[in-house]
Amino acid sequence: MSESMAAQPLLDVRDLRVSFRTRSGTVDAVDGISFTVGRGEVLGIVGESGSGKSVSMLSVLGLIDNPNCVVEGEVIFQGEDLLKLDDKELRRIRGKEIAMVFQDPMTALTPVYTAGWHISEQIRAHEKVSKKAAHARAIQLLDAVGIPNSTDRVNSYPHEFSGGMRQRVVIAMALSCNPSLLIADEPTTALDVTIQAQILELLRDLQSEFGSSIVLITHDMGVVSQMSDRVLVMYGGRLAEAGPRRALMRDPLHPYTWGLMGSIPPTDGTRVERLAAIPGAPINPSDPDRDRCLFSSRCGFASDACRPQPGLVEHVHGHLDACVLPYDQRPALRLEALTTVMTESGASA
Amino acid sequence: MWRFAGKRAIAALLVLFAISVLVFLIFFATPGVDPAARIAGRNASQETLAQVRQSFGLDQPIWVQYGVMMRHLFIDRDLTSFVNRGAEVIPQVQQAIPVTLSLVIGAAVIWVILALVMGVLATAYRGTAIDPIIVVLGVIGVSLPVYWLGEVVNLVTQSRLHDTIFAWVPSLGYVSLSEGFGPWALHLLFPWLTLAVLYAGIYARVLRSEMVGAMNEDYIRMARAKGIGEWRVLLRHALRTSLIVVVSLFGLDFGALIGGAALLTEVVFGLQGIGKLTYDSLQNFDLPVILACVLYAAFFVVLANFIVDLLYAWLDPRVRHV
Ligand SMILES: Nc1ncnc2c1ncn2[C@@H]1O[C@H](COP(=O)(O)OP(=O)(O)OP(=O)(O)O)[C@@H](O)[C@H]1O
Ligand SMILES: [Mg+2]
Repeated sequence: MSESMAAQPLLDVRDLRVSFRTRSGTVDAVDGISFTVGRGEVLGIVGESGSGKSVSMLSVLGLIDNPNCVVEGEVIFQGEDLLKLDDKELRRIRGKEIAMVFQDPMTALTPVYTAGWHISEQIRAHEKVSKKAAHARAIQLLDAVGIPNSTDRVNSYPHEFSGGMRQRVVIAMALSCNPSLLIADEPTTALDVTIQAQILELLRDLQSEFGSSIVLITHDMGVVSQMSDRVLVMYGGRLAEAGPRRALMRDPLHPYTWGLMGSIPPTDGTRVERLAAIPGAPINPSDPDRDRCLFSSRCGFASDACRPQPGLVEHVHGHLDACVLPYDQRPALRLEALTTVMTESGASA
Repeated sequence: MWRFAGKRAIAALLVLFAISVLVFLIFFATPGVDPAARIAGRNASQETLAQVRQSFGLDQPIWVQYGVMMRHLFIDRDLTSFVNRGAEVIPQVQQAIPVTLSLVIGAAVIWVILALVMGVLATAYRGTAIDPIIVVLGVIGVSLPVYWLGEVVNLVTQSRLHDTIFAWVPSLGYVSLSEGFGPWALHLLFPWLTLAVLYAGIYARVLRSEMVGAMNEDYIRMARAKGIGEWRVLLRHALRTSLIVVVSLFGLDFGALIGGAALLTEVVFGLQGIGKLTYDSLQNFDLPVILACVLYAAFFVVLANFIVDLLYAWLDPRVRHV
């Protein structure tokens, strides 16, 4: 690999826009986001439901099967713009270079085929190997993702696995061609808490073993803080904030991120209700009034300055956000936001 | 799978037994009706009645009567029709069986293939003009009454154009498979097509809606994300899971047709099948024939259901454990 290739990010998304034409007007599900994923990096994408996390990653692989959907921008993967490839060329990338794991393992596997069949299909889609060889590799992969008794379980049907085990099968399938990028779209949301932790640990182990990059989509700040090297915070199809995990967790800049951080369980183990800290409903993506900070309708610090739409500004190295509040006052304002929430929830209790 | 098949087979046998008992009770133990008079037919003489009583053991306990009945039907096979002056019943049924089986199986092969092709194409080209065209063709097929379509086909192939393009069409009626595949298939070709048109449309629509539903499932998105081709996604994933519903529908229709529901087609095309036989015997109130036909129909309906159950379990691993 040449010097310049190594320096290049694995995935470089530039000004990605995804819109759906619907009866009630155009929905800008993803509204001009740019980010990169480096080699071996874990990028966390957080945001509330409907913030465009899934749509943005699905559009990268051309997996949005909707004739009313328009995707614009550039998605440079290993020097190629994926958005310019036709379906046949994309198939070469899908599963082989970039693999995906979806939220609900209950429905991600075709119910009439065994675990081994699913994994073999994935392998044989990209490599010329015999059925037998693919089957043997399926067993190894099931071993690698921690499924006990893999020689028997390879012949089990999806309904014969528990949710966590099924997600392991899906992960084994996703990893079967050694992809350089794994996109995991809320891989643990449908699982209960202890299984969640196991699956995350598995992903982390596999990542260090195979060295692939991971894009981890979640709406749980806790998951992001455990797993990722860098974090994107999305709201209404735009980036609200982006930065290295440490900086972003220690000094979150955007009021929306402050709200999301209220959803992290405190370290003493008591569990707080998720997202109780952000009042108001998420933005309606078909709202035509978009030349503003979309979060301003729910933000305690909103002012006339939130219009027109503020751009992303880099404050410290690699740490950006799109908010007009003065940078040096953010810590004080955050403290204020926290105490307001505390007194409000105290009053209502 | 073998255990499942065994269990289903036992269940099927039990159902058959239950049906035979039920049918027997309806014919022989309906209170206030003399079964001898019914079997002997209208205006039977006293001697005939006596003969019937004797031959069916009607003066004996009811379970003996059941046994005698089954012996006449399945062991001695000497059930005779009194209306039809002593004609043996079982040979009639045995002659009718291959006719109906040939008609229905042939038509089923055609309509299933047509429905698969139409359903898959409609799904593959949904959102384009091809999809609604296929759906409309299906609706037209469903709405054509079979006897009308059959008569039109006959009119065209047997008389109007018989001297020109359709000179190769043989006259109506059934030719046994033992006389060669060619003549057999040629005699049945238009009956097959006529019957198939009725079902192909319904099946194509059911398949299409199942497949379009399946195409929105997560596992389809997952399959695409694996990098496999769109046709493979369509056939190995969407079609494969959608077949389950089609097969259960098929079991019902196929059983009913074999059991005599192909009557209209049989009449229009002059085929002496089970439907026609049942119909004629109902007209004459020919009880032994009705009895044989009903039990025969039950047998094939149960058999068809048994096969469909196996097919179902083969298609859907989730039912194998039930
Ligand atoms: N087919 C579609 N037609 C119209 N709008 C759509 C369509 N698919 C998605 N959207 C819109 O795109 C927006 C982003 O959806 P997306 O699924 O990416 O959210 P998300 O961040 O993944 O949320 P979640 O956490 O619930 O998965 C949503 O507001 C949704 O309404
Ligand atoms: Mg999502």
